[in-house]
Amino acid sequence: MALLRRPLLLLLLLLTHQFLHSWIVFGSVNEEGQKQEDFFEELLLKPLPDRKLLTHFHFQSSAPPSSSNGRHHHLFPKAISQLVQKFRVKEMELSFTQGRWNYESWGGFDSIPSSNAKPPGVELWAVFDVPQHLIDAMWKNLTHTLSGLFCASINFLESSTAYSAPEWSFPPASGNLRYGTLPREAVCTENLTPWLKLLPCRDKAGISMLLDRPSIYRGFYHSQRLHLTSTGSGSEGLDPGIILEQTLTVVLLPNSQRASLARAGEKHVQPSWSLSSIFGKEVSGKCVLAETSNVYLLLDRGLVAELKQLRKENEKSAEKVSTSENNWTNPSFELSAKPDRIFIEESSLLSKNPSILYKFEVEKYSESEPFDLVLTWKIPVVWLCQQAPLHASRFLMGSGNERGAIAISLKSTQSSEGFVGANFDDERCELQVDVFQVVPWYVKVYFHSLQVFVDQQPKAVSDTIEKIHVSPSKDKESPGVMELVLKLPCSVSSAALTIEFDKGFLHIDEYPPDANQGFDIPSAIVSFPNFHASMVFLENDSLNQSPLLSKFQEKSPVMSYTEVLLVPLTTPDFSMPYNVITITCTVFALYFGSLLNALRRRVAEEERFLKDKAAKKTGRLPLLLSKLSAKLRGRQSEPPHSTPGSSSLVNSKLVFKVILIAGLAVCWQYYFS
Amino acid sequence: MEKLKKKIGSLSFWIWVIASIIFRLILIYFPKNLNLSSRPEVSTPLTSFRRLAEGYWLKQSSMSPYAGSMYHGSPLLLPLLGPLTVKRIEGQPNHLLYSLVSVIADLVSAMLIRATGQNLQFAYLRTLESLDLVKQIEGSELRSSGNVAALIYLCNPFTIVACVGLSTSPIENMAVILCLYGACSRLIPLAAFGWVIATHLSLYPAILIIPVIFLLGRGPDAPPRKLFLQRHQQKGVLNESKLPPGFTWGPIIHFAFWALVWSVYLLVLFEPGTYGFILTVEDLSPNIGVLWYFFAEVFEFFRNFFLIVFHVNILFMILPLAIRLHHRPCYLAFVYVAICSMLKSYPSVGDSALYLGLLGWFVNELSDMQFSLFLFCGYVGVSLLSPVMHNLWIWRGTGNANFYFATAMVYACLQIVVVVEGVCAMLNHDRKLRHLITGKLHDAKS
Repeated sequence: MALLRRPLLLLLLLLTHQFLHSWIVFGSVNEEGQKQEDFFEELLLKPLPDRKLLTHFHFQSSAPPSSSNGRHHHLFPKAISQLVQKFRVKEMELSFTQGRWNYESWGGFDSIPSSNAKPPGVELWAVFDVPQHLIDAMWKNLTHTLSGLFCASINFLESSTAYSAPEWSFPPASGNLRYGTLPREAVCTENLTPWLKLLPCRDKAGISMLLDRPSIYRGFYHSQRLHLTSTGSGSEGLDPGIILEQTLTVVLLPNSQRASLARAGEKHVQPSWSLSSIFGKEVSGKCVLAETSNVYLLLDRGLVAELKQLRKENEKSAEKVSTSENNWTNPSFELSAKPDRIFIEESSLLSKNPSILYKFEVEKYSESEPFDLVLTWKIPVVWLCQQAPLHASRFLMGSGNERGAIAISLKSTQSSEGFVGANFDDERCELQVDVFQVVPWYVKVYFHSLQVFVDQQPKAVSDTIEKIHVSPSKDKESPGVMELVLKLPCSVSSAALTIEFDKGFLHIDEYPPDANQGFDIPSAIVSFPNFHASMVFLENDSLNQSPLLSKFQEKSPVMSYTEVLLVPLTTPDFSMPYNVITITCTVFALYFGSLLNALRRRVAEEERFLKDKAAKKTGRLPLLLSKLSAKLRGRQSEPPHSTPGSSSLVNSKLVFKVILIAGLAVCWQYYFS
Repeated sequence: MEKLKKKIGSLSFWIWVIASIIFRLILIYFPKNLNLSSRPEVSTPLTSFRRLAEGYWLKQSSMSPYAGSMYHGSPLLLPLLGPLTVKRIEGQPNHLLYSLVSVIADLVSAMLIRATGQNLQFAYLRTLESLDLVKQIEGSELRSSGNVAALIYLCNPFTIVACVGLSTSPIENMAVILCLYGACSRLIPLAAFGWVIATHLSLYPAILIIPVIFLLGRGPDAPPRKLFLQRHQQKGVLNESKLPPGFTWGPIIHFAFWALVWSVYLLVLFEPGTYGFILTVEDLSPNIGVLWYFFAEVFEFFRNFFLIVFHVNILFMILPLAIRLHHRPCYLAFVYVAICSMLKSYPSVGDSALYLGLLGWFVNELSDMQFSLFLFCGYVGVSLLSPVMHNLWIWRGTGNANFYFATAMVYACLQIVVVVEGVCAMLNHDRKLRHLITGKLHDAKS
């Protein structure tokens, strides 16, 4: 017994040892991982030229690569990490947008519009880290998961008619990319609440406390975005590290009743605002889980230049001693709180006027002393935001419900001319424009009808289009995708692309409930790969502390979305499918019956038969039989005598028929029951 | 006197031909005002010129022309007609070369129709002679059916519209006519070529193999063989030379061989997608047929059932017609073409133009057809109302789809009446011949 027990014990000991060993290894990895998981919250405020205010919330949480599955996270939302693991998502972006970013007055060149201005409705793109043949399946599952997570109808992106695979024109160009939009998706609080749930403090503490639903949805534009990047793909059983970036961009008109009343005469004075006046709330301290919690105020290049100009004028006229040492007390506006830091943009080649960034740290404030930022304008300021080199807009041409044309017009923005010239003085001056356009299948685009107009002059397609990739639409299967690289001369003042299409006709079930409203063509993306929106702020140590500022430093190509187009399609009559079915079938029956009748009829024989019948009143079968026998015998047929048994013969035939049918029915019943 | 009359006849024929061609050329020079190429009556998804241009563009940019669901025509047309869609001559209308090709195709078709018609008339006269019925028929004036048919084909507004509207149906019609001409004049390789090309282009002419077999096996239209036998039996002398020839298999095997050769030649270009597109009625854009609206409205669950029913409707009629009209293969071909143009998935006026042209071959036989005025008025009415209804529905938005569909319905009914009455009239004509013979016999006996 003892002998038998000893090896058992030994085995047990060995097992526990192994287990302990693995436990220790596991633990060490855990410890390494723990300190990496972090969360940042930031808010950027930026006055816009048309008296509005841009507020940009930026939350970033990241999870480092870690081992073992199903591990709990400290700060990172579990739903997202599970999603990344399950669908092997390399990079993904989901945005819910209501309203349209006004590129002309809100700018189109900064990194905020180029990465945060989104098309109306839902936009989703994802890059997968799986073999080609699995991507579509992964995409379908991902859309369903996201649809559940965010209470939106993202699952409509599942059908192959709704998404496309751009090859190179969409910026994170990669073969494993899928892109889909739902232009008509209504965005509301039900989408914001699950989005807030992903934040460690939700909207209970920190900057996210400001997210007051009525004031957000009262805005002119709001776009809630979720961007995730997974790094260090799961090699050696490690879960990938994930960086989750959640941004909410809202453009609001500050409620400036008082200011306008006070200075009724001065129309151009920008409305003064405070955080409490626009959101109705104040920030009472930071979210304790956040690494940093900052509020920034950004004055862009145009505004700074204008302020400098104003100050110079002031100095000339009043000959005052300038207070330029402390930048934050400016003669033209006043801030209620003293900024903790002032960043001045590293002067680049592009502009002599660097933008200025004021930083306020929320940490210092508390429940008793909440943070509120008030900006009061003293003198009217008029400035322009920096625009993308070309302003893109898109419209429909033609009337009627049969055909039409899509036109994308690119107009040069005047402000851009300066830096275009500066950029390409020595080189052969060419402006590269990428256009990415997806059209649903019921808008049947004729790609051969693509025409390019430069400065209102038609140009040969081969001269201006450097590269083109087209994947034509397949009925009820896939949308049409057009990717173009245009090379335009720098001196171009306007350019236009037109392409013709036929409107498709759908099955009665394929129309949405409000069929007469029309169908949406998703936004086209116009990007300028030669231009990069980046703002580099001179910082010494805290660079890696602020994800927002490091985001600004990234060189992202300037991108703009065009308008969503509404195409009315012809509708059939929805009320009477039965009438159509019955009438058509009647016509077919008419054809079949009348033609067969015409072929079957033998007028002469009918006449003879009727004559015979009238004369002799014999049964049909005996007549035929006698005819047959006469033929067999090769003699002339003799009129047969009327047989008394003819009726019984007919009867027996009838009986035979009945029996045959009954037999068939029995067989049928027997085999199929 | 006779000769002079004939000369005048042929002179006026040529004048009409030239006039119709000049009329086409005039229309080609004003294409912008007419915009015929985008009319749903003229260009269907299969025959549309713009889709052909799109297919050619895709091919030129090294993609499959069938990558999208734009082009569904034959791959044969792309290298032949494709270059014409992009070639432009300065100062001339855009698609002049392509239009000229259609005009030439129309002219060739008309000439082939004329030759075939003359062939048929010759055969008809010979049978009358052999039945000793020349005198009875002579009373009613005998028109030259070849000229009539060719003029009907050339001057038919439907043909003109299809030609000027840049659709590919003139080419398809030419292939069908080529096949019938070849079979009538016993040019077997030509008949096989026409049949293979026509089938390749639009699938439906495949059923023309039955009339072609009868034509090759027995020769052109004649009254039933029984009639000859009866006639000669009652005469007492059986003159073999005057009898129509019996059925011979030689030419048919010859035809099969040639058809095989041509189809092997075309097999390289075979594109199953085009036939699938024809058979499954994927495109629901309106046309003058009835299937588009039916399949736009029918419940998805029954779609396959009705697809089968409608296609089988064509197939079901093949056999009864072949049994009843086997002695008149050209007429059988006309009936088949008419049925196809009525029931095909994407019909256009070009198809109607073809069978209306072929109808001209039988002016003598069908002279006592019923309802001809009614039918003529019907055609005129439909071709005037259909664009109006389309405009009301699509462009103005004041009408709805049912308006347009109603005209399509009426059009289908008209074609049904044409087919049924035509078949009745032809059967009655045969009956009349028999009555004449038997009546004559009775006369002789008494």
